Amino acid sequence: MTAISCRQAVVAFDGFEVLGGVDLEVPSGGWVTVVGPNGAGKSTLLRAVAGIVSAGGSVRLAGQPVDDLNRRELARLVAFVSQEPVIPSGMRVVDYVLLGRTAHLGFFEPEREQDLIVVSDALDALDARHLAARVVDTLSGGERQRIVIARALAQESPVLLLDEPTTALDIGHQQETLELIDRLRVERTLTVLATMHDLTLAGQYADRLVMLVAGLVVADGPATVVLTAEAVAQHYRARVRVVDDPAGPIVVLVPGADPG
Amino acid sequence: MVNAPLSESNRIRPAKLHRWWLAAGVAAAVLSGLAGLVFGPADLGIGPVLAELVDKLPFIEADSGLAERQEAIIWEIRLPRVVLGLLVGAMLATAGGAYQGVFRNPLADPYLLGVAAGAGFGATVAIVTGVGDGLGLLDPVPLAAFAGALVAVLLTYLVGATGGRLDPVTSLLLAGVAVASFFTAVQTFVQQRESETIRQVYFFVLGQLRTAGWDEVALLAPYTTACLAVILVVRRRLDVLGVGDEEAGALGLDVRRMRLVTVVAASLGTAAAVAVSGLIGFVGIIVPHTIRLLFGTSYRIILPLTVLFGGAFLVAADLVARLALQPAEIPIGVVTAFLGAPFFVLVLRTTRRAS
Repeated sequence: MTAISCRQAVVAFDGFEVLGGVDLEVPSGGWVTVVGPNGAGKSTLLRAVAGIVSAGGSVRLAGQPVDDLNRRELARLVAFVSQEPVIPSGMRVVDYVLLGRTAHLGFFEPEREQDLIVVSDALDALDARHLAARVVDTLSGGERQRIVIARALAQESPVLLLDEPTTALDIGHQQETLELIDRLRVERTLTVLATMHDLTLAGQYADRLVMLVAGLVVADGPATVVLTAEAVAQHYRARVRVVDDPAGPIVVLVPGADPG
Repeated sequence: MVNAPLSESNRIRPAKLHRWWLAAGVAAAVLSGLAGLVFGPADLGIGPVLAELVDKLPFIEADSGLAERQEAIIWEIRLPRVVLGLLVGAMLATAGGAYQGVFRNPLADPYLLGVAAGAGFGATVAIVTGVGDGLGLLDPVPLAAFAGALVAVLLTYLVGATGGRLDPVTSLLLAGVAVASFFTAVQTFVQQRESETIRQVYFFVLGQLRTAGWDEVALLAPYTTACLAVILVVRRRLDVLGVGDEEAGALGLDVRRMRLVTVVAASLGTAAAVAVSGLIGFVGIIVPHTIRLLFGTSYRIILPLTVLFGGAFLVAADLVARLALQPAEIPIGVVTAFLGAPFFVLVLRTTRRAS
């Protein structure tokens, strides 16, 4: 089944097309990572799928057009982890993760026992239970990333959108976060659509990569097909070597003078 | 996924309004109200006042020993004033707290969107022109102030909604600044042309809880009750707004509608309060910030307590205003600002340390 489907998705700001007709399919339970240079429209694509910006063409979640869904319905279908999440100062971790339940609460209702159980499970899934009573301001970068993902899990949405989930993390926490997301994806049959800058890492964890350049898809397929030295040279203006490795292609920068 | 029930040991505890905090708020409101009944130019004593109150309860007879004139002081002069103080204080403080949440701005106060400037303008015009003076109907000043306040907020909203490139919050706040300056300018102009009424205008601008029986209370109570109820209902969603418009939307909150509902309730309630009591400053900042410092940052805790402590604070401030320079009365706005300004510095210092 297709979890996310974009057909000729177009997003324009002030007449400037950020997405110029994107086709994208993500099967249910799959992990697709969007790569591409700065300004290619990666974050905008995620926002269009989340229904945060409205797109021309067609964007569907589980077969339903995003435009036909209200905010609550959308939030029950897709959880969005922003590149730079706003974490309100002074709030405790448990209250922050509980925000993930917003779309499940009625207008006059406070949270029910069931909501607390879901929050509790989300904290457990991220090994963050010991953080529950902490104030968010005191958390490290890695801990913050964990509770942001815990909040997304508490939404119990089948689709998880991650905008640059590892950019702010050191290499150990990058691995830890991505392993965790992969484990949760399998355990909870989540569909993951992410954006990433680190090409090697992107290739290692996604089933498929989509390379987006200037709002258009220029390559779509397994990492071995998308990550070629030629494609990276052309689209990122970077001189790289791609080394084959059992874990996936490794993209290495080649220092030195410009060959051209 | 297995959803096992929570055992006591792994139970998580979200922010919660504890019963004894609520009880403390109720106690503060009752005590300040009682003080407002007991103290004044005529010394009634706490015993007789209590007896007089208890006597009104069904099935209980208590003789306060007060003369009829003293009873009238309690029921027709002091109690309406205390109730008015509770309503106005609760409304201004809660509106301030709601604005702070909805604009994610700790310095937001209930006058942010031009309510005060609009009310000041309306009241000044009514006072200066003496419109409706001889009619003997309702006092025209509160009505004109109410209308002025609503026009100003509406104007702010219309201007702010066309913010172009700015984000909606910034654009609304800037529109508020512009509209407030404009109305203040016109108000000052009108006020300066009539030197005879300046004193009266001045009193309105500084605020006062002056009552003539129960009329003001009856005028204000429906607005305050409805607006406070709406703000209390949406308070949990103010916590969601804390993560910013975009993420709050992704969490399932209709941010625009939520902001509109909150701003309408807070502005309408403030307009009604200001129409009756004049421009009492600082309550909307002092009270919610004190609560935030003492009890936590969640609006589900802050707002209900702000209703209670806001009312209590204004009644206490009114007591100071009445008694400090007896028999003269200090405008209550002077008292709240005198206590509020030093407090404001404290809030600023604390927030700086936390960040």
